[in-house]
Amino acid sequence: MIRSTAAEMAAKLVAGEVTSVALTQAHLDRIASVDTDVHAFLHVDTEGALAQAAAIDAKRAKGEKLSPLAGVPLALKDVMAQKGIPTTCGSKILEGWRPPYDSTVVANLKKNDIVILGKTNMDEFAMGSSTENSAYGPTHNPWDLTRIPGGSGGGSSAALAAFEAPLAIGTDTGGSIRQPAAVTGTVGVKPTYGGVSRFGLVAFSSSLDQAGPCARTVLDAALLHEAIAGHDPKDSTSINAPVPQVVTAAKSGDVKGMKIGVVKELNGDGYQAGVRARFEESLELLAKAGAEIVEVSAPNFEYALAAYYLIAPSECSSNLARFDAMRYGLRVGDVDGASAESVMNLTREVGFGKEVKRRIILGTYALSSGYYDAYYGSAQKVRTLITQDFTSAFAKADVLVSPTCPTTAFKIGEKANDPLAMYLNDIATIPVNMAGIGGMSLPSGLADEDDLPVGFQIMSPVMKDERMYSVGAALEAALLSKWGAPLLDKAPVLGGAK
Amino acid sequence: MSLTYDDVVAKYEPVLGLEVHVELNTNSKMFCGCSTIFGAEPNTQTCPVCLALPGALPTVNEKAIESTIKIGLALNCSIAPFSRFARKNYFYPDMPKNFQISQYDEPICVDGYVDVEIQTDEGPKQFRVEVERVHMEEDTGKSLHVGGATGRIHGADYSLLDYNRAGIPLVEIVTKIVPGTGKYAPEVAKAYVSELRDILRGLGVSDVKMEQGSLRCDANVSLRLIGSDVLGTRSETKNVNSLRSVERAVRGEMIRHAELLNKGERVVQETRHFQEDTGLTRSGRSKEQAEDYRYFPEPDLVPVAPDAAWVEELRAGIPERPSLHRKRLQEAWNVPAKEMEAMINADVLGIVEATVALGADPTKARSWWLGEISRLANERDTAIADLAITPTDVAAIVALVEKGELTDKLARQVVEGVIAGEGTPAEVVSKRGIKVVNDDGALLAAIEKVCAEQAETAEKVRNGHLPAAGALIGAVMKETKGQADAARVRELLLGHLGQA
Repeated sequence: MIRSTAAEMAAKLVAGEVTSVALTQAHLDRIASVDTDVHAFLHVDTEGALAQAAAIDAKRAKGEKLSPLAGVPLALKDVMAQKGIPTTCGSKILEGWRPPYDSTVVANLKKNDIVILGKTNMDEFAMGSSTENSAYGPTHNPWDLTRIPGGSGGGSSAALAAFEAPLAIGTDTGGSIRQPAAVTGTVGVKPTYGGVSRFGLVAFSSSLDQAGPCARTVLDAALLHEAIAGHDPKDSTSINAPVPQVVTAAKSGDVKGMKIGVVKELNGDGYQAGVRARFEESLELLAKAGAEIVEVSAPNFEYALAAYYLIAPSECSSNLARFDAMRYGLRVGDVDGASAESVMNLTREVGFGKEVKRRIILGTYALSSGYYDAYYGSAQKVRTLITQDFTSAFAKADVLVSPTCPTTAFKIGEKANDPLAMYLNDIATIPVNMAGIGGMSLPSGLADEDDLPVGFQIMSPVMKDERMYSVGAALEAALLSKWGAPLLDKAPVLGGAK
Repeated sequence: MSLTYDDVVAKYEPVLGLEVHVELNTNSKMFCGCSTIFGAEPNTQTCPVCLALPGALPTVNEKAIESTIKIGLALNCSIAPFSRFARKNYFYPDMPKNFQISQYDEPICVDGYVDVEIQTDEGPKQFRVEVERVHMEEDTGKSLHVGGATGRIHGADYSLLDYNRAGIPLVEIVTKIVPGTGKYAPEVAKAYVSELRDILRGLGVSDVKMEQGSLRCDANVSLRLIGSDVLGTRSETKNVNSLRSVERAVRGEMIRHAELLNKGERVVQETRHFQEDTGLTRSGRSKEQAEDYRYFPEPDLVPVAPDAAWVEELRAGIPERPSLHRKRLQEAWNVPAKEMEAMINADVLGIVEATVALGADPTKARSWWLGEISRLANERDTAIADLAITPTDVAAIVALVEKGELTDKLARQVVEGVIAGEGTPAEVVSKRGIKVVNDDGALLAAIEKVCAEQAETAEKVRNGHLPAAGALIGAVMKETKGQADAARVRELLLGHLGQA
């Protein structure tokens, strides 16, 4: 049952073949049996999930009209505020904090009767590409427990790949949904910036952060996308427009006549051979399905990474200033006679990890008087140029595509002391955030050299998210018929087999 | 102190700059829906947004934007078609986010002016104070430092934080430097703040109560040698909580600067705190090392781009400037300037105007509000506006006196009754049985009784010593419980004693 898709689970729930309580319990059991190895979860809300499931079953028994995903369980990235449930963002500084309010995403999940199993592990404050920066220990990739599950949302993607949950919520600032999806053989979508409310998403970089759906199929992602998206008056940057018809697009999977632009700059040198091979193969399948493949150029993408590492740290240096031990979270050094300043300093010293401190320092510097124009100011100009590159590319193609990341999952610890090598992982995903457009990663197979999942990235213009779902569904269908079974069937068996 | 003010202005030219912070009177805070009511229990008017809980986001209070645009229009500013909020980053325990959402290089209103008139040796003279910018920001929370000598964070035993004020909408109005005021700098500063206060009150956008901090003024002062183009170092005086203090603070700083400069010493660029009791300032935070607030555009808020048609609509609704309005009233009522000022200071001008509009004589209306009613408000320690007496009541009382149905003294009892909640003037009159004693027979009886009791005094009057009549009139009034017309009593008394 737990290996089904969310859509299949929903159908069984509607047909009365299974109850939400049974489905939820099955996932809780799975978590209990495999999560000591995977460590996808930071908090499992057994009681809350079962209570929610029971309430949904009762509603269904009464014949109430329920939403498409009602009763299906989900794993929530620990960066999302959920009322009464520990929310740590993978950081010591928020240890023990229970929000007194629900984020809009959580409110939407509850409104749609999606059962929240618990909170998933992540790089501290979403800063990282491996989940190794969690203060609570790394998450392990279900394909190979010695490897990283991607980051920052490694917990969410690992939970999907380990069948601990059929759906998950991620957040994507520079690739934190898509890169974990790529290296775990799952699907992850970063919607258009403003498509999903950021209210209650603990901010890393406000102008880049975007919550989105994670799943094992394109259709499941689309169903979750529609459940969480929509205008929110509590988020000033939320777009006041109808939600793109992503479920319809995912169901049709029609790419006939669509122009698919291959971004010249996001391929070639630095990309693993197996990654490139799977990418080429996917392009052929899309062409066979009736799409026209064209090449486009985005000359300013080469500055994207550098600009990102000025903008994101700048915003984070300000966003994370509120963690000062005054109102919530960790408090260190509060002894008789200690000043507020020393308590703030000690708490931040103890509460933040190395990568978070690195970025706070970097951002503080970049915003400083005398450096602002050269750093933050220039980075914003690059951002405009990247947006312009996308605009011209979208004039030639309906969607753009690239490999999601240059390599497959690396070993835990392999890049922990080389931040630049770590940052390079996001070279193909970052431009999407810089321009605020939509991006999806879906599995395109295993790399020949290491038998590890490879991700295929699809990018669509602002509020044209349905396009990436059309292309994603078409490619997924073509690959499934080529493989004969979902890619995750090739993943090693966890837990019980051990 | 060796220097006189005249010495200072003989040698130096003062350069003024004024920054005024105004708390808007919106019902909710700048970036969340919390109430803004003053004086609530600490930390009861807070939410995830103004407490800066993780994940909370600000959204802009449209009413605050409207009020700010109105202020800009009333100050003759241009309204920017596109402006942005910015983050001003610094750590302080009463600032929940450890950054303040403000506006930096893209404020909503720019380039305005306010004309103020002051009395000079040569008669009334107008000065133009140019406004550089008007921008929006949020207030911080309040810290209460307990223990320690200074009431400041350093040396305190502990501190209490109240976040009710965090996020209250503030508008900051910054002038350009005001040169050319010469010795009138203190008066110009006061006149500007006063004019500004009136304009804001007229717009209805703020309580503008300096003593409660809903209007706060920082006075920047520097001196330059007369004839020189070189600006001096400025000091920034805070804690100036009344119009009189504005004037005193500027004058005091001019003298302090001049003393330093004359001794060949240097003025330190710093914040200074005005001391209400001494009229002097004390040194605060040094600004020699420019603080780095790391401003950058607030990514959580979309830019403010007010619709041009809406701005025009607001412009059409801006009321007549209070100073012009006052001039008009002063002429119409034929009131001396001093009396006008008294009404403004007592905050009764609007009420008097409303009373006059209901048919009352301007002089009578003014004297009721400024006299008896002000006194009763003081006695009760409340604002005149909070008393249960309206312009309609006062107009009715004035009419009753005119008709001879009440004496001034009886009218005072009626006023008291209305304020005590006994009803309209007519109701008070009837409930209390107040009526003028018009019966000469009854008055004469009282006069005879009083003259018999105070035969010695009566004799003096009979002999032509008229001032002695006062005591007898008083006694008669007392005898008739104040319900007699004093003028009639006098007439009858003097007749009775052969002095008519």
